[in-house]
Amino acid sequence: MIAVDELSVSYGAVHALRDVSLRAETGLITAVLGANGAGKTTLLRTISGLKAPASGTITFNEHSLVRERPENIARLGVGHVPEGRGVISEFTVEENLRLGAMMAKVNLSDGLEEQYQRFPVLGERRKQHAAKLSGGERQMLAMARALIARPTLLLLDEPSLGLAPQVTSQLMHTIQDLCASKNLTVILVEQNASTALRIADHAVILYLGRVVANDAAATIVADEDLRQHYLGKVE
Amino acid sequence: MDAFLTSRIISDILGGLTNGVIYGLVALSLVLVWRSTGILNFAQGAMPMIATYLGMVVFAHRLGYWPLVVISIVAGFGVGGVTERVLVRHLYGKPEINPIVVMVGFLIVLEGVAAAIWSTTPRGIPNPFSPIDWQLGGKPLALSPFSVYEIVTALVVMTGVAVLFRFTRLGLQLRASALAPEVSRLLGVRVSRMLTLGWVLSTGVGTICTVLVASNFFTGLTPQVMDGIFAFGFIAAAVGGLDSPVGAIVAGVSIGIVLQFVGDFVNSNAIIITALIILIVSLMVRPNGLFTKSTARRV
Repeated sequence: MIAVDELSVSYGAVHALRDVSLRAETGLITAVLGANGAGKTTLLRTISGLKAPASGTITFNEHSLVRERPENIARLGVGHVPEGRGVISEFTVEENLRLGAMMAKVNLSDGLEEQYQRFPVLGERRKQHAAKLSGGERQMLAMARALIARPTLLLLDEPSLGLAPQVTSQLMHTIQDLCASKNLTVILVEQNASTALRIADHAVILYLGRVVANDAAATIVADEDLRQHYLGKVE
Repeated sequence: MDAFLTSRIISDILGGLTNGVIYGLVALSLVLVWRSTGILNFAQGAMPMIATYLGMVVFAHRLGYWPLVVISIVAGFGVGGVTERVLVRHLYGKPEINPIVVMVGFLIVLEGVAAAIWSTTPRGIPNPFSPIDWQLGGKPLALSPFSVYEIVTALVVMTGVAVLFRFTRLGLQLRASALAPEVSRLLGVRVSRMLTLGWVLSTGVGTICTVLVASNFFTGLTPQVMDGIFAFGFIAAAVGGLDSPVGAIVAGVSIGIVLQFVGDFVNSNAIIITALIILIVSLMVRPNGLFTKSTARRV
């Protein structure tokens, strides 16, 4: 479980997050929704230590994450798949995965095998440079690279960005499966609200850095005013 | 082709190879620092010089050659690590001119300090390898036991660096930290340590090179021992591409051989001019170096 309390983050005079509080429960998918500039990415970057908050607390399995270095937060079991995927293009698929497995306590070849089973296309392309992969394959690689370290909390930043609808829906299925089978805590940041709400258990809506809704996903889907106001059209 | 010309050509190739591997090592050490931290280290000759003095003169002047070599290399690791932590760390993310000015200044300071402590008199470093060229059919071959020692050592170092980067976990982390520092941190890589390690390794490679140069019977160790060689190594790194270890080595060896021919067949005064022409032409034709694939990089 991860608890964020009264978190405020600013970039100079610009407040990116103001008094944001939320909980993401173990084994559930918590979607963080909102328009561009709502502070979604900042929230993830602050959780994983890339951005220092102005105030507030972040507690993950009784560890405070505030002012902790990103590499130490990663070692606590937080996997962050950044926006734009962060796959190292100059590395082969396998080198990317080896890098992800660096701090995992599992045997490397077992870890690789597990990821190649989950994402067979990565196994077929293991010796290819990541630059040669399609958008969907890069997203799979980024996910596999985070998963190989056996995280307990997975932060996903706009995984559907730039993907074809079919690929997106496959990806969402994978996220749902993982969450259930590995008892993962997932925070899923999406601009594409309908996609995220289809698999999320819980949802938080950010608007200009503030939490404007924090409820079960089904409740948010049912609230027409809220949806129209902050999420546009949600089917 | 007459026998005289043939032996002259063979001699030039061998002599050029001996010089070229040294330029290649200097270029490799420059590439290691550039790739890991994006800094062009103008003190890349002077830092190993200090380490070599520390090893050769201060710590171990009665221990024999091999312990001295080892102590120098360890001192080189130390000089590299301390320099990164104390001096270089403050230069990351600053305008490009800042590290250049600082590292040129550091070069001048180190050479001044070395001269003040150890004087500018060359110090010979006795070693087990004869500098006298072998003879083939009554003619000198331009290859001595000492030059074989230089070439073999350079090849071992180059192979070692390649293996480290290609096949080890540490090498993977070093490359990842240079290519994508933020992503590496998200994957638990201690990037700050890797940056220091880049300097440690680079100064270690530079120190091995300096020990070879200073062990040469005809050179000896002086505070300026690496100045001229640094210039050729720098040109090799620029020609080969600052991002490419293989390019550094190939360019170093090629430049060594070309310059040996120029010195022999044209005039020894033409050597430095030729080196600069090579640099200018290669920068005009391939500004990123002959062996660099990417055209843009983070600075």
